[in-house]
Amino acid sequence: MPPRQPTPSRPTTPLDRSVLTENKKLVDAINRRNVLRGTLSLGALTLLSGCDVTEEAPVQSFLRAVSGWNDRVQGALFRPNHLAPTFSPAQVVKPPRFNAYYPVDEVKPVDGAAWQLELSGRIDDKRPWSAQQIHALPEQEVIIRHICVEGWDYIGQWSGPNLKNFFQRVGADLTAKYVCFHCNDDYTESIDMATALHPQTILATRYANEIISDPFGFPLRLRTATKLGYKNAKWIRAIEVSNTFSETFWSKQGFNWFAGI
Amino acid sequence: MPSPPVKSLSRNEPLSRKESVREVQRLHPPAVRAMHWINAAAIFIMIGSGWKIYNDDVILGWLHFPDFLIIGKWAQHGLQWHFFGMWIFVLNGLAYLSYGIATGRFRRKLLPVSPRELLQTIGDALRFRLTHDDLTHYNAVQKIMYLGVMLVGVVIVMSGLALWKPVQLSELAALFGSFQIIRIVHFLCMAAIVTFLVVHIALALLVPQTILAMLTGGPVVAAGDDLAPGAQARPLR
Repeated sequence: MPPRQPTPSRPTTPLDRSVLTENKKLVDAINRRNVLRGTLSLGALTLLSGCDVTEEAPVQSFLRAVSGWNDRVQGALFRPNHLAPTFSPAQVVKPPRFNAYYPVDEVKPVDGAAWQLELSGRIDDKRPWSAQQIHALPEQEVIIRHICVEGWDYIGQWSGPNLKNFFQRVGADLTAKYVCFHCNDDYTESIDMATALHPQTILATRYANEIISDPFGFPLRLRTATKLGYKNAKWIRAIEVSNTFSETFWSKQGFNWFAGI
Repeated sequence: MPSPPVKSLSRNEPLSRKESVREVQRLHPPAVRAMHWINAAAIFIMIGSGWKIYNDDVILGWLHFPDFLIIGKWAQHGLQWHFFGMWIFVLNGLAYLSYGIATGRFRRKLLPVSPRELLQTIGDALRFRLTHDDLTHYNAVQKIMYLGVMLVGVVIVMSGLALWKPVQLSELAALFGSFQIIRIVHFLCMAAIVTFLVVHIALALLVPQTILAMLTGGPVVAAGDDLAPGAQARPLR
């Protein structure tokens, strides 16, 4: 779970994606221009004690450029078929540990009967899926370590359809770059396609053989063995396959986008 | 016979007087000084931002690092600094280790460490009889401290890699154990480096010419000292 901090005001309507795309270009341009300037002033700035320079625009711009570089390094380090360590059912923590950008008592349960999973972007068959239809798909179980960016971890037992199999079933473009998850709580996450196709990446519907409970993402959440906790979107309402990068809930605030483990 | 054009000297050729003057070297060659201060900046960033990251999920319930000591206002800023500083620390550290091994500087300055000399030095230190007249010679305690902190530097990078990539580098992570054990190893390495820094900086302040030496190069030592493995460093003045 990304750390405690003030909850930023969030738009109640979905973001206009074209605006995001334009902003992304703008941000990139600023980054490139400021890298040199940031580098030159960095040494002096870090030594100014008692004055936090991190949020100064040139410093933030530089640090985010480095974070973008680290995204590329992580993409290069990623081993598509290397499996994460798995564990025995006896090691599973029940219930799992809650994490979101708000406290657990603010979770708004999703009505499973009315819920539908929408598909958009580079997918052939965009017909929505009901919870029943998803439950009818073959399930895969993974008992893997959940690691939060804060430093805590626990072993969880998740099951649900394998994401790669699901994508093949609906005719998703597996050569696309990004998979975006839009969630019922206005959370957004996106992952690289290589991670989406990893053998231990599933759309989880169950935890420890029981239907996932409300705080942990009912009716559908992502569970991938190769990303930090915050990349595992909960309460998914739509999946979008895209070649366009868009910032996510946490990356907008400066957390690393790739967040691979 | 015409004098040969200026060429680089192979290390076995005897040096003429003129050439040896040109090749004269100080205790800390420019490369060592540059790497020392780059490392100081990197360590400053890594510890300050590491403390910020630590505070979000403390290992020791009683230990939170105060805000004025940490780098980064929010968690993401601590992480940004840490994953920027790691490049400087690792690349500079690799350059330093390569330099120290390739030039024979480590072997000459830090080896061997004799247990008898170590006990002797500790005894002298406890009786306040430790002298620091000759900056070019490291006593046994200094040798152990420098060798030890280099070893800790290697382990902190290894445990840091295992924390960053416990799945992609699962073979490395498995050498340590569970994720929380890796965190503890990383934390203890930090504690060891902080302990080293307290002693290192305190001693440098007690003998200020050591700080000057790390800025200006310090006393002149034998010609091509860093190029002659096995040669004993000797002050010329």
